[in-house]
Amino acid sequence: MEERETILSVRDLNIKFSLRGRTLHAIRDVSLDLYKGESLAIVGESGSGKSVFVKSFMGLLDANGWVDSGEILYNGEDLTKFTTEKQWLRVRGKQIAMVLQDPMTSLNPLKTIGAQIMEAIELHQNLHGEAARREMLSVLTDVGITEPERRAKQYPHEFSGGMRQRVVIAIAVACRPQILICDEPTTALDVTIQAQILDLIRSLKQKYDLTTVYITHDLGVVANVADRIAVMYAGDIVEIGLCEEVFYQPKHPYTWALLSSLPQLGVKGEPLYSIHGTPPNLFNEVKGDAFAPRNPQALKIDFVKRPPYFEVSPTHKARTWLLDPRAPKIEPPEAVRKLASEGVKGHA
Amino acid sequence: MPDNREVLLSVKNMSVCFGKGKHLFKAVDNVSFDIYEGETFGLVGESGSGKTTIGRTIIRINPTTSGEIFFKGEKINGKISRELDRRVTREIQMIFQDPMASLNERAKVDYIVSEGLLSSGEKLPEAERRARVEKALSEVGLLPEFASRFPHEFSGGQRQRIGVARALIMQPDFVIADEPISALDVSIRAQVLNLLSDLQQERGLTYLFISHDLSVMRFICDRIAVIHKGVLVELAETEKLFAHPLHPYTRALLSAIPLPDPAREKNKKLEVYDPTQHDYSVDKPSWVEIEEGHMIWGNEKEIGKYREMLRA
Repeated sequence: MEERETILSVRDLNIKFSLRGRTLHAIRDVSLDLYKGESLAIVGESGSGKSVFVKSFMGLLDANGWVDSGEILYNGEDLTKFTTEKQWLRVRGKQIAMVLQDPMTSLNPLKTIGAQIMEAIELHQNLHGEAARREMLSVLTDVGITEPERRAKQYPHEFSGGMRQRVVIAIAVACRPQILICDEPTTALDVTIQAQILDLIRSLKQKYDLTTVYITHDLGVVANVADRIAVMYAGDIVEIGLCEEVFYQPKHPYTWALLSSLPQLGVKGEPLYSIHGTPPNLFNEVKGDAFAPRNPQALKIDFVKRPPYFEVSPTHKARTWLLDPRAPKIEPPEAVRKLASEGVKGHA
Repeated sequence: MPDNREVLLSVKNMSVCFGKGKHLFKAVDNVSFDIYEGETFGLVGESGSGKTTIGRTIIRINPTTSGEIFFKGEKINGKISRELDRRVTREIQMIFQDPMASLNERAKVDYIVSEGLLSSGEKLPEAERRARVEKALSEVGLLPEFASRFPHEFSGGQRQRIGVARALIMQPDFVIADEPISALDVSIRAQVLNLLSDLQQERGLTYLFISHDLSVMRFICDRIAVIHKGVLVELAETEKLFAHPLHPYTRALLSAIPLPDPAREKNKKLEVYDPTQHDYSVDKPSWVEIEEGHMIWGNEKEIGKYREMLRA
């Protein structure tokens, strides 16, 4: 990839939560550069820390959580140094906006959707009255809502799930943000609607020149939207690379396991690969490679020392000892090799 | 599908309505299908399509408005004898979507799993009951000791196993699995899918698998029926359906499946389904067998078009 402008840069971030007197280490030394105009997908299971990670960009950590060390650089400022809500309000919504999973809960049921979008416009774009209203109608048209005049006067319950998600997206882009974070934007929607919403986000990204970050556990969605993929496991990015690199030449055993357990890659009548055990308890200190206890082919060193990143290509790196020159050769599982050589077969 | 297979469950012209008068809502509209013994039959549709209602109607939670349901040749909808009701409740079991919501938080696993036995009215000696709970737990890959724990002590995958154990203890012949893996994490899904297919092989179970996720269905179902707004629009063997989807709704659904393959995903063409394309004002649609085992909903003109698509 050519040199690209970094819009947001995370350096050695550690986030901890205190729960019933114990400390949970949710994000463990994560670094990430987000490039301007790209579309990055963060993939992981529930509890892997993917939501916590992006919430920290907006100062939305729960009250019992804090950034323990590290920095988040945006526009020459370190967001982790922010202490007051007022500082955050300059960034949240205005610069970095978020679309949440469930459009049912992210809209106010007592206000018309027009009023809710206007609220964002008045607050962030400093437009008022008629100008704000015109802007609101144009945003509604942008997100594909027909008859905006009439629809703006309606309440959230008069919209279907997919339409509601469009409204949420309208509110997010109405603030003209630089970065749009989509946290599981389509999980609550039907497949046909899901495809439409993903298309919509993609076209808005073009139109408003956005940088998008998707958080999802659905590798099908990832394949559709991502330029780059970061795979998270137990509070750490274990592999990051271009979309094609992560799908076709994955290096980390966790990425292998994730891909092989997909029914789309399974052979009918044969058992699917399944990952045994559970993710590590982040209340305890994680030793070595966090995935080692669930990896049947783990090396001895995996249990002792945490692997550093090994570079596979200038755009692709993974935290696994398998990439060390001294490591034994371990082939990726069959399903992963098949995906690389022939793709997903047989879909109409 | 070979004709010599026994039909286990047969649904004939079934409709289910909610509300009445002005608020009448037809959730399921005149659907018919057979489920053969030992197969996995998939029912796919979007939210609000009536797929869950069909499952619930079969196990007698919702009453039918019209039509009939036969299980092992006996009619099981409407008024039936108490004896038959008991038998049906035992032989047809259900696995629910969200293992976080479908287990009683305040009961121990031992009680949750044996609740069906207790309420079936069978008087079982305590030792026998315990033995059956232990057996059911070990069959789904859980330790017998877990019986004394509460649901919150388990992970999502383990809870779903408890849900499966609860169904299995009744020794059912037919299991309705309503979105059994949708609420689970990717890595756990595989475990539960494998468990379901192992159990099927060991016990010769028949499944009705209800889901919105066609890619999972493709992996485990022998035949798939597609439902849209309460109407079955297409039914075929899984691979046939994927190879020659005919009905425009089926095609839209198939084209929208997200695939974990960037090369395909980034070039995919979405087909959008427009329900107004059907003109059923004069030429009424019906449920037609267009080739062996491949059923489709359409009127004469459409069937003609679908036949041509098949020949092409």
